[in-house]
Amino acid sequence: MSTRVLLLIGTKKGAFIFESDDARHRWSMRGPYCETWPINHVAGDPATGTIWAGGGNEWFGPAVWRTDDLGASWSHSSDGLAYAAGEEPIKAVWSLAPAPRPGAPLYAGVQPAGLFRSDDAGSTWRHVSGLRDHPTRPDWQPGGGGLILHSLVRHPEDERQLWVAISTAGVFHSADGGETWEPRNRGTRADFLPEGQNYPEFGQCVHCLAMAPGMPDRLYQQNHCGMYRSDDGGRQWHSIEAGLPSSFGFPAAVHPRDPDTLYLLPLNGDTAGRTVPDGKAAVWRTRDGGKTWRDLRHGLPQGNVFFGVLRQAMATDRLDPAGVYFGSSSGSLYASADEGEGWTCIAEHLPTILSVETLVLDR
Amino acid sequence: MAAPTDPTVTGPAVVVTLPGVLRRLFPGSVRRVELRAATVAEAIDDLDARWPGMRDRICDSTPAIRRHMNVFVDGERAALDAPLREGSAVVVLTAVSGG
Repeated sequence: MSTRVLLLIGTKKGAFIFESDDARHRWSMRGPYCETWPINHVAGDPATGTIWAGGGNEWFGPAVWRTDDLGASWSHSSDGLAYAAGEEPIKAVWSLAPAPRPGAPLYAGVQPAGLFRSDDAGSTWRHVSGLRDHPTRPDWQPGGGGLILHSLVRHPEDERQLWVAISTAGVFHSADGGETWEPRNRGTRADFLPEGQNYPEFGQCVHCLAMAPGMPDRLYQQNHCGMYRSDDGGRQWHSIEAGLPSSFGFPAAVHPRDPDTLYLLPLNGDTAGRTVPDGKAAVWRTRDGGKTWRDLRHGLPQGNVFFGVLRQAMATDRLDPAGVYFGSSSGSLYASADEGEGWTCIAEHLPTILSVETLVLDR
Repeated sequence: MAAPTDPTVTGPAVVVTLPGVLRRLFPGSVRRVELRAATVAEAIDDLDARWPGMRDRICDSTPAIRRHMNVFVDGERAALDAPLREGSAVVVLTAVSGG
């Protein structure tokens, strides 16, 4: 049995797939796919090899694309992916969460923020209306990227539990499969609100939400205003930004096995250009749940670098040692096959990279 | 050219022209479609019956023709409720968009 390692890349101009073996030294590229639509997120099911790509096209609107043959052929659907007549129409799909086990739904988060589920692998969709029925919804404000539901986190064992992150509404949790929701933002700052109102119940600008492996109660959150960890499913958040070069960044990627290891890509600040600090690219890693941080630069460009890395554009694979990957706003794709110690640029001059995910197949 | 599929459908006989960028999303679709429809909305219903999902690419859920799509009837930009007459030329086009 051979191992195929795939990188699933969403860009402003279509989806791309990079492929290697378990050594992860040489990569081939195929694409662009999805008729060069803007593709915000690409995710795969390791059990079946099916890959979905979510996005939205200025002409044709939102859709989820699907391939069952690793990219050779694609179809698309937006059947049921709509709000009621008269509401602001859906502009794009922003996030996908494939079913962790057979029989579970595929979820999609969209803009303007809402949640949809598919029980037939993306052929048809149904609105999970409980989220938009939440009483706080009229006060949700769009962030710089729009009012987007960009992070979907599912409980590994309890199918009824899921967390979503919305810019700029914050983190919400459901314990009943999406019927009812509660904000889970206590302890996260909103520096953009007037003094004295900086810790609201909701309305924080969360950038990325991730769950630690094997510890469903441990969540990490890169926020517009700080870096946080929760050990109780998001009920209370604690700052873990001490030791980072900046409290601002977009992505956060967990290790496949170690709940204390996390990867970030801090940027220079929300009013400073949102590019890598000092024109030097670095991934930052903690091995102790955010108590201490270390920069990882070997192989990354260390001069005149002015790219950013967006909220969904960093990922790890499940191999040992773990691979770590990120894609830049300038269309460069970097890979590490040794948990971030050394890096290689495996593609340049792609369109703006919006998302990076991995899919490891044993076949 | 695709001919009307359902002879029981009434309404003026019209010709709908589809752009290549839309046809690429629906394998088997063709550039010129002959169908019967009394309004632009009915014509799009017919297209959606032939190629499921095509309505969602031309219209949003308002419902309205998408902001960056245009439908012209006999040379005039038209909305969903625009009436068609015998022999109308219905042209679906993508508007200037993108970056």
